[in-house]
Amino acid sequence: MPVMSYIDAVTQALREEMQRDEKVFVLGEDVGVRGGVFRATNGLIEEFGEQRVLDTPLTESAIAGVAVGASCYGMRPVAEIQFADFIMPAVNQIVSEAAKMRYRSNNAWHCPMVVRAPYGGGVHGALYHSQSVEAMFTCVPGLKVVTPSTPYDVKGLLKSAIRDEDPVLFFEHKRCYRLIKGEVPNEDYTVPIGKAEVKREGTDVTVISYGLTLHFALKAAEQLEKEGISVHVLDLRTLLPLDKEAILEAASKTGKVLIVHEDNLTGGVGGEVSAIIAQEAFFELDAPIRRLAGPDVPAMPYSPPLEKEFMLNPEKVANAIRELAEF
Amino acid sequence: MENTEVKQNLISKDHGLWIFRKMVQIRKFEDSVHDIFAKGKIPGFVHLYAGEEAVAVGVCAHLTKQDFITSTHRGHGHCIAKECDLKGMMAEIYGKTTGLCKGKGGSMHIADFEKGMLGANGIVGGGIPLACGSALTAKVKGTDQVTVCFFGDGGNNQGTFHEGLNLAAIWKLPVVFVAENNGYAEATPFHYASSCTNIADRAQSYNIPGVHVDGKDVVAVYQAAKEAVDRAKRGEGPTLIECKTYRNYGHFEGDAQTYKTEEETKDHLAEKDAIQSFKQYLTEEGITTKEYLEKIEQEVDQEVQEAIQFAEESPFPTEDDLLTDVYVSYPTDGGVA
Repeated sequence: MPVMSYIDAVTQALREEMQRDEKVFVLGEDVGVRGGVFRATNGLIEEFGEQRVLDTPLTESAIAGVAVGASCYGMRPVAEIQFADFIMPAVNQIVSEAAKMRYRSNNAWHCPMVVRAPYGGGVHGALYHSQSVEAMFTCVPGLKVVTPSTPYDVKGLLKSAIRDEDPVLFFEHKRCYRLIKGEVPNEDYTVPIGKAEVKREGTDVTVISYGLTLHFALKAAEQLEKEGISVHVLDLRTLLPLDKEAILEAASKTGKVLIVHEDNLTGGVGGEVSAIIAQEAFFELDAPIRRLAGPDVPAMPYSPPLEKEFMLNPEKVANAIRELAEF
Repeated sequence: MENTEVKQNLISKDHGLWIFRKMVQIRKFEDSVHDIFAKGKIPGFVHLYAGEEAVAVGVCAHLTKQDFITSTHRGHGHCIAKECDLKGMMAEIYGKTTGLCKGKGGSMHIADFEKGMLGANGIVGGGIPLACGSALTAKVKGTDQVTVCFFGDGGNNQGTFHEGLNLAAIWKLPVVFVAENNGYAEATPFHYASSCTNIADRAQSYNIPGVHVDGKDVVAVYQAAKEAVDRAKRGEGPTLIECKTYRNYGHFEGDAQTYKTEEETKDHLAEKDAIQSFKQYLTEEGITTKEYLEKIEQEVDQEVQEAIQFAEESPFPTEDDLLTDVYVSYPTDGGVA
């Protein structure tokens, strides 16, 4: 099976979906001639032409709004927001229009659209090129929020997102783009939205995560195995809707749960996950649920020591697991 | 309309020398940041202002410390023109604790409120409504403070442009909107992304004056800005000035700039250099001598070197600084529950 990077899996999924369905098109800032600032849409304008690979002005509100309108009329737009931080002007279109279209039109209209956006820190991007914005959307019924961590899941989930009948926000951790490589089948396949996946089996502590920090959890688990601590790792993959069944099963497996994400602690997805466990698996627990998350500061600071302190890493995750294991 | 009035005797000797020094400061500062970045000493993204000096300096020449500016992601030039300290700026770009934002902001987010510099801004078009806010404050307080709002040709397509200009027009706010049209929004050519021939033409729809000038000609910028600042101070409302310019470097450091043509690069770098043109102007008008200007250039070299040395020798912030300045005081333990 070919091994490819996380970002190449994005490009491959886009290319294959555009080949499969001529209603699929991409739009965004410098996605065409330049092939995207991260090169996610590299080569698409050459293959599909400028009618299906649209360079837009710097107008995030219009990018999302055009996707809403086009999807209502049967197209399958994939809008790129260049950095997730830039999604804020588009929130009105996404939250007020896309999320509510089916509900408010009594099911007459709907928005089968995707908004792709690179998120997360660790690339020296500072305040407006590093934020995790997923929790701003996981509180909005009508949207789906997907955050893959591996190239395999990227390809399968992006295909599912494009084929989904409802609006999907597809957040790609930009640090994973070239750092994370993995096996990706050449053939067509999908990964279902709303399904978490156990990425490692274990018996002592359960770690629930997604995105870049999922890899930190896997690294920590490898290290801790040598210390005699067996770690069970669940990759949420989709944050809205959450896979309750998988969460409860993973929590019950060990009775000790650590939830890890880069997005800040307060209001982050970890709160929702822990509420589900507390409500439905309380008597399976052997320790209080623990969350390890980005700090509650407004954005990623610029200076390297500050960014380093902000970011999680395998050591920080391992320390939290050890504490929980000892509880 | 094109601004074509004669330039003679427009600039006093003091102003002329200040303008020259500031333009040279920006150029040398930016060229140095370019070199330092290439050596891997700068820990984040930088967007350089070199080539656009005439715009920031020609406009800010009319401002005092009490006036305000808002800036863009390409903000170093605005900072220098608004008298921000070179050492504090360089230290910020290095991410040091002696930086103007204690290392938290970096190149794209330098701010110095004491100097009326309300901030560089990583969000395109983000500064436009802010400028309306500071201008409204001056109006309400009855001061004669002016706000200058710098933004690029990319920003002119954001919704904030329309919202801000319309609001400033109906409230007659003392603000000068300065569109720096360097021909590219990131990699996208201006004429692809904007429906108008000139950004200045858009002023018509807000019933405010709109002028476009050669942004490589600091005298032309200076003249247009004077009129706009005076109009704002008289309480007659905003003006939109479009300065047609060019960035010597890429959108960001590391940009391969494949979208630029060899011809245009040569044209702008060699033949339309704003600093060389102004140097010629100052000497031909008899305002000063070539030798005196060269002395200024040497002094600026020294200032920039001192800024670099200061930045390199300054300490980084400590990890505790991560949690400071979130609110008036910070109540939680910072993310671990």
